[in-house]
Amino acid sequence: MSTTEGTVEQTVEETVEPTAASTPAYVAPPRPRAGRRILGWVTIAGPPLIVFGLIVAAWYAVNASLAENKKFLLPTLDEVISQGYLDSTIRSQILESLWQTSKVVIVGLAIAAVIGIAWAVAMSMATWVQRSTYPYAVILQTIPILAIVPLIGVWFGYEFKARVVVCVMIALFPMVSNTLFGLQSVDRPLHELFALQRARRGTVLAKLMFPAALPAIFVGLRTSAGLAVVGAIVGDFFFQRGTPGLGSLLMIYARQTLYAELFAAIFVAALLGVLVFALFGLLSKLAVGRWYEPVK
Amino acid sequence: MPVAATRDATTSTTPPGTLIDFRDVAMRFPNGTVALSGVDITVRRGEFVTVVGPSGCGKSTLLRIASGLETASDGTVTVNTDRIGYVFQDATLLAWRDVRRNVELLAELNGMSRAGRRQKAQAAIELVGLEGFEKHMPKQLSGGMRMRTSLARSLTLDPELFLFDEPFGALDEITRERLNDELIRLFVEQGFAGMFITHSVSEAVYLSTKVVVMSGRPGHIVRTIDVPLPMPRDPDIRYTPEFAALVGEVSHALREGHR
Repeated sequence: MSTTEGTVEQTVEETVEPTAASTPAYVAPPRPRAGRRILGWVTIAGPPLIVFGLIVAAWYAVNASLAENKKFLLPTLDEVISQGYLDSTIRSQILESLWQTSKVVIVGLAIAAVIGIAWAVAMSMATWVQRSTYPYAVILQTIPILAIVPLIGVWFGYEFKARVVVCVMIALFPMVSNTLFGLQSVDRPLHELFALQRARRGTVLAKLMFPAALPAIFVGLRTSAGLAVVGAIVGDFFFQRGTPGLGSLLMIYARQTLYAELFAAIFVAALLGVLVFALFGLLSKLAVGRWYEPVK
Repeated sequence: MPVAATRDATTSTTPPGTLIDFRDVAMRFPNGTVALSGVDITVRRGEFVTVVGPSGCGKSTLLRIASGLETASDGTVTVNTDRIGYVFQDATLLAWRDVRRNVELLAELNGMSRAGRRQKAQAAIELVGLEGFEKHMPKQLSGGMRMRTSLARSLTLDPELFLFDEPFGALDEITRERLNDELIRLFVEQGFAGMFITHSVSEAVYLSTKVVVMSGRPGHIVRTIDVPLPMPRDPDIRYTPEFAALVGEVSHALREGHR
């Protein structure tokens, strides 16, 4: 009897003790200060890099598993690099169309930003403007762009202008909705603070509503910038005249079954989107980072 | 005088020294809620009047009427100054401006020159003890410092009448007591009259020359209690029997009004 009791006691002690001993070690682990920065970068860049490695590995594995006469369907990374980026003809084709597409993106985004902000300001200043026009902003967003592309071609030609129009139509809604949200996010006491000084509406807009809306405007810009890239490339698919953009190039390569080149162009198109997104993230940080704390 | 004309027709039925006078004021909102009924309050030069009452008794509405943000649905309100400071429950700072530019805001809205408002702001910043923090952004400040910034901003108007809408309600006890003392110092030095809304009985007694006790909705005045303690207040006065007696009296009146 006494032996059984003793064993029970021992097991209990054993299960409790390790937990108690290990807890403090987790609370305050010794942290090497010098290595922390590098460690920080590793924790940020590490996981995506590992995923990248896995994707590339899978990519090569699929390529290796393909029959010799089908390998052209999935060119390997080194083929993409050697035939796409290291070949000077292809490289200049890609760079030229990248510039062409970037021009469409820049002009389209600028127009979308100006129209979007102006529209949102008008809506925030007059309820009747909001009531009568906001539904159309929403409709603009829900119209399948492909449905009206032929019309845009007829009206604006099949070159630069038409591409910009598609770009603007795709990028406009996030600008409008985010700006409007930002302008209307100002707390009532702040409005009253201005009202007590009998501030004019223009002053309230310039000194209160617009600065308060800036973080939201940057969110809109970032979203719209990504969409503008999509818009510019989609525009290329339909409007083939004039200097070809990345979209046109994609179609040309696909038609000619130049798959390594196609992959090279696709990566550049994707990179453009990422770049534009990151650029506006950075601009936002520079513009409002000093005072704005995003809710996490 | 100019404000009195816009808000009310009666001219100078109020005794000299009166900055604001509520006569039989009632407030009925469009949805039918009666927030105030039959309220008489007078704030004269040199007075610091605190209005204390349960939440929802319409005491904030009184300030909104006094400042012109709302119009009373009944009764007369006479305002004999156009230099009115207003401090909200929150500090209501502009997040994108540093302390200095926040303090400059009201002067800026009133069209004061850059140099003039810079000078005014600097003086106000020193008055509330925020020297050295001029370049700080609101997000870098504690709740108490934000409130000081808000106070400094109103001080740039050289207010004759200062309206406070539960400004320290969200602060911790220590910060609140310290700001109470600062406020009394400013009251004595700057010579403005104050109308202060709170639901803290001891804060009401400590700050004011007169405490107005209001009942629950519809808010009306239960009692007006004079506070004959010397100004500026000694923080230790809180532990004297006189102070305790006054707190007791106000609390008693509050309970009376709650029945």
